[in-house]
Amino acid sequence: MSAVLTIDNLHVAIGTTNVLRGVSLTVEAGEVRGLVGESGAGKSMLGRTLFGLLPANATVRAGRITFEGRDLLRLPDQERLSLLGRRIALIPQDPMTSLNPVRRVGAQLTAVLRRHLGLSKRAALNRAAELLADVAIREPARVLDLYPHEMSGGMRQRVLIAIAFACDPALVIADEPTTALDVTVQRQVLQLVERLRLRHAAAILFVTHDLGVVAKICRSMSVLHAGRVLEEGLTADVLTKPHHAYTRALLAATPRADRPAEALKPVPTVLIEGLWAEAHRLDRLPSMRPA
Amino acid sequence: MVDASADLLLTTSGAAPRAVPSRWRSVLSRGGARLWVGGALVSLLLIVALLAPQIAPHDPLEQDLLSAQLPPSFTRGGDAAYPLGTDSLGRCVLSRLMFSARTAVLVALIAASLAAVIGIAFGLIAGAFGGWIDQLVSRMIDVWMAFPPVLLSIVLAAVIGAGLTSVIAAIVVVDWTRFARVVRAETTAQLARDYVAAARVLGLTRGEMLRLEILPNLVPLIVTLLSVEMGIAILVEVILSFVGISASGDMPSWGGMITEGRQLVYQAPWIMALPIVCVIASVIGFNLLGDGLRAALDPVQRR
Repeated sequence: MSAVLTIDNLHVAIGTTNVLRGVSLTVEAGEVRGLVGESGAGKSMLGRTLFGLLPANATVRAGRITFEGRDLLRLPDQERLSLLGRRIALIPQDPMTSLNPVRRVGAQLTAVLRRHLGLSKRAALNRAAELLADVAIREPARVLDLYPHEMSGGMRQRVLIAIAFACDPALVIADEPTTALDVTVQRQVLQLVERLRLRHAAAILFVTHDLGVVAKICRSMSVLHAGRVLEEGLTADVLTKPHHAYTRALLAATPRADRPAEALKPVPTVLIEGLWAEAHRLDRLPSMRPA
Repeated sequence: MVDASADLLLTTSGAAPRAVPSRWRSVLSRGGARLWVGGALVSLLLIVALLAPQIAPHDPLEQDLLSAQLPPSFTRGGDAAYPLGTDSLGRCVLSRLMFSARTAVLVALIAASLAAVIGIAFGLIAGAFGGWIDQLVSRMIDVWMAFPPVLLSIVLAAVIGAGLTSVIAAIVVVDWTRFARVVRAETTAQLARDYVAAARVLGLTRGEMLRLEILPNLVPLIVTLLSVEMGIAILVEVILSFVGISASGDMPSWGGMITEGRQLVYQAPWIMALPIVCVIASVIGFNLLGDGLRAALDPVQRR
């Protein structure tokens, strides 16, 4: 397998606060990699850096993001925009707010097809209907005519998934796509993503805080905390033989059906404080503060 | 790994179950009574303006000094030839009202559209680019709004001369800020929305983003503003007539009629009252229409 995405020693700061402290991560072609972390670990910032959506006061201090052999951070805008939506796509977190409320589903789906594949309006609409059928939406022709508010959350998420896979991307970033959905819909969405991944031979970077989801669909995983990757490896290895104390604590804090709720242990405060202290100590080292 | 099982197909009928028989009907019903009343008043205004030469009983400029200051025909002393009476020069008030409607519509359409185009352009640029461009445009608007509008109009009329052109110019010059401010604020708000971020991630250029994602969201707002602005334009024409910088005497306008009628308000009150009624009705009409359209055009139905 060859790497489709390589993130190498990425440092990002917002103002004077470091949010990513030397993240390195590789996504192999066609694999599903989980990126696990609590709130504030830097998961979203990593995604934003990839898509060039960092807030105005954020700076990439060091590091390199290589996507299909190209240096994403130093690519001219024009070229970067032609990659987004075509070779790298995003499944956004919240299906309720990620579709434009005043545009019909068809218009939103065809926009990306016409932009990147240069399809005619008619061809794009036909393709859009096929894409909706692929995400198991019945009567796709009718759904193309609907506004987002006329659909359920699960349907909207499926439309967003259809948009993500519309141009046969090499990499799809799934940014907690199941977080805003209830459990029954979550399962369908996961199945769908898995099926489309196989059909389009895409790699997926699955960002989540749900270890259960990771266990189900990810081949490999990285554990992110305070902007650092604490542990990575094949999912089976990391979940059964975690090396890092934080990963072990995270696993102990995950609810499981086969264990009583009392067995749940919160991640120890001492551990968290130790990790943050370490992160801040690293911030002060000259080697961790590239210009 | 997940098994791609058949239960996916069982659960995919989450679409809105109700049929959508006629989108137009639902759009119109959402506007409610405001839309209908406003629409009726504005339609009436447009029809009268369009057909004034055909339906007016007299030439609006034709003077008949022997039958000056006749009261409306349905009151005592009225003449059936002049349904709403005559003014101080014996001109038919009804005909003058009808031809004034043309002036009003002309001013409203041209002035409001020009103000909208200029204001929307500035607002979009300021909102979309942000930074120093936004600062520049916003400060310009602030300074602009600090000038008293009537004074600005008088200065303008002094420069380019009295007449309808200077009325329109005055409205555009003063009121583009109304559009620019609102559009700028809404564009900024739209840029922070998830769906705009999601669109950027699809690789849309800045132009496509503005055109496809942001502008459609501004349509209800712009339509409302436009309609209200047309009402305002009619009012401004009246004000500028009053200070004597609107159309000359041979082009009837409600403002001009009010100004003329004021001198005879005790002897012949209808000469002043009737154009006032027309102005009020049209302004209310435009405001109701704008309000109704805003509700009707918003597919999410947040009212």
